[in-house]
Amino acid sequence: MLDTVSAASKPMIEISGLRKSFGNFEALKSISLNVQEGEFFSLLGPSGCGKTTLLRLLAGFGEQTAGTIAIDGQDMTGRPANRRPTNMVFQSYAIFPHMNVEENVGYGLKRLKLDRQEEQRRVREALDRVELGALGKRRANELSGGQRQRVALARALVMRPKVLLLDEPLSALDKKLREQMQVELRHLQKAVGITFILVTHDQYEALALSDRVAIMFDGQVAQVGTPKDIYQNPVSRKVADFLGGMNFVDAEIAEENGVSLTLDAAGFGRVRAPKPQGYQSMGRQITLGIRPERLRVLWDDDQAEHQIGGQVIDRHYFGEVTQLIVEIPGFKAPLAVTETNDFGADDIPVGSAIRLAYDPDALVAMND
Amino acid sequence: MPFAGTRPPARRPRWKRLDPEEVRGIRLLSPTFLYTLAFLVGPVLLVVAYSFWTQTYLTFDHTFTLENYRVALTEPIYRDLLMRSLYISFIVSLVTVIFAYPIAYYISFHGGSRKSLLLFLITIPFWTGYLLRVMAWKVILGYKGVLNTGLIGLGIVDKPLESLLFSSTAVIITLIHAWAVFAILPIYVSLEKLDRSLLEAATDLGDGPVRRFLRVTLPLSMPGIIGALLIVMIPTVGDFVTPKLVGGTEGQMIANAIQIQFGKASNWPLGSALTITTMMIVTLMAGASVLVLRSLVRWMR
Ligand SMILES: Nc1ncnc2c1ncn2[C@@H]1O[C@H](COP(=O)(O)OP(=O)(O)OP(=O)(O)O)[C@@H](O)[C@H]1O
Ligand SMILES: [Mg+2]
Repeated sequence: MLDTVSAASKPMIEISGLRKSFGNFEALKSISLNVQEGEFFSLLGPSGCGKTTLLRLLAGFGEQTAGTIAIDGQDMTGRPANRRPTNMVFQSYAIFPHMNVEENVGYGLKRLKLDRQEEQRRVREALDRVELGALGKRRANELSGGQRQRVALARALVMRPKVLLLDEPLSALDKKLREQMQVELRHLQKAVGITFILVTHDQYEALALSDRVAIMFDGQVAQVGTPKDIYQNPVSRKVADFLGGMNFVDAEIAEENGVSLTLDAAGFGRVRAPKPQGYQSMGRQITLGIRPERLRVLWDDDQAEHQIGGQVIDRHYFGEVTQLIVEIPGFKAPLAVTETNDFGADDIPVGSAIRLAYDPDALVAMND
Repeated sequence: MPFAGTRPPARRPRWKRLDPEEVRGIRLLSPTFLYTLAFLVGPVLLVVAYSFWTQTYLTFDHTFTLENYRVALTEPIYRDLLMRSLYISFIVSLVTVIFAYPIAYYISFHGGSRKSLLLFLITIPFWTGYLLRVMAWKVILGYKGVLNTGLIGLGIVDKPLESLLFSSTAVIITLIHAWAVFAILPIYVSLEKLDRSLLEAATDLGDGPVRRFLRVTLPLSMPGIIGALLIVMIPTVGDFVTPKLVGGTEGQMIANAIQIQFGKASNWPLGSALTITTMMIVTLMAGASVLVLRSLVRWMR
């Protein structure tokens, strides 16, 4: 049979069995990942989980303890950073302070010995792409945080790398600018078509920008998938928690077949849920989860096919939404419910009895 | 209420217009300022004044004359001494910086947790007085000194080298040793301040270790290099102890001549003129060195 692999699904990065130890400490424990050409891929995880370590190994800074990295089909083992088809946007931006913006952006081109006009044309083009065309002669210390970030971006892009590595490029910016740069980053990636690997510990950033996300904990990849996939079907409590609020309910496995599980959970009764990624049968206990925004408050005599009742024990106001903490008889922990404020969820008094509607499809089974 | 508008503040006398911050700044500065005035600016002005006068034995003729400068600039003996001083201090500062750089680099980049220890060890020679260290060099460089006996013992030469001690070379070697730490420290500081991620960025953009050194490390440590160069160059021009002890007649420097004018020869005006001339020329040499280094760096990247 002929393989009909399109250009878009050609693997650009293949990581297999990658380990990295610092002395006795294992920073990366056997990572295997593939990233497709032209993909916007994010590494998401809490501080210290090894994101930077992984990114630096891709760039060629430091040597892996075991495993291999291939970029565009070529094994990178033992190849120094200056001869890899990658470029990096450093967290601190690392703008050369003794050079102006143009010299910074042209830094890597000098070595290529292009003719002067071609070099200038490429610098110009890169600066225009990040909308810094007017600041070419500015020195590094005369730039704002956002401008420095753009210089770092232009300096890497001008090299036309196969893979662009970004280590928390937006974390030093204030919220407003960060959101603006997120949009620009996404547009930029689509425009240049280069594979981007973004390291971030901001789940919203990862979800909003990426084609796919890898969630890392303790030097391991816990889950890889599209933003929607990992948000809706987290494989474990940890992943679910890291991607925003999640209510956890203990459940018991009643039946197990090919792809789905039939579960009994207090309050929700008998439900069916797809098996989580990497599911291994381990006894009868399992965790069921539902996102707070998938629970809906039922007003007056509204009825829903699936509903549970409880009592509001706490209320948090967040501006556009209100979070209600609802105690359900028979549940170990209360449920959190987020409701937009259009209907007056912010006025529901603490202590009142309440009914919640849910969609059984929103219930996810998790591995632990 | 009707619109009040803003009235421009009344102009106050200039000294009153200083804001409290400035007043505080001036007050803080004033002790240092007075100190500088009394012990630096004052004496220099005095020397400048002397250089335009004439002395006969103990009396000064205060009529303005440029005669002293004519002597200082045209008499072959002073010209030679000045040239030799400049040559010695230039070589000393250059070689000191060239030796100091790798040491500072090693401590900063490979010192790890032993940085403080290494810096501490470097200062050990300074626990003894300067004279003792010069004497030590006399022992090493002397006719029957350590170096000569060593060379003979190894069969490299068959009779002692005479030119080791009492020469410009001896002065140069002694001074290089004496000033090493003063050159290591500023370079070390500038290397410590160098953000290591800049080096990674240079590597990431395709530079190997040598190009990276020339394009990033060296230019960014240039303030340290310039500092080291000036710290060594300026005082060594005016050194008179070292040439006196190890220089012999062939290693005398301008400061020895100045000392004689203020001492035995009792010609303060000429001594002053020599001093001022030396200061000017050292300033020019230092400035020129800085410019050359700067343009070297610009050219390299
Ligand atoms: N050079 C090193 N020597 C020893 N341990 C290191 C070194 N670099 C990283 N580590 C350790 O490896 C682990 C992973 O570090 P890494 O910098 O990759 O985390 P990260 O996920 O990027 O975190 P953050 O979000 O805080 O940047 C951390 O526990 C860190 O202490
Ligand atoms: Mg990091």
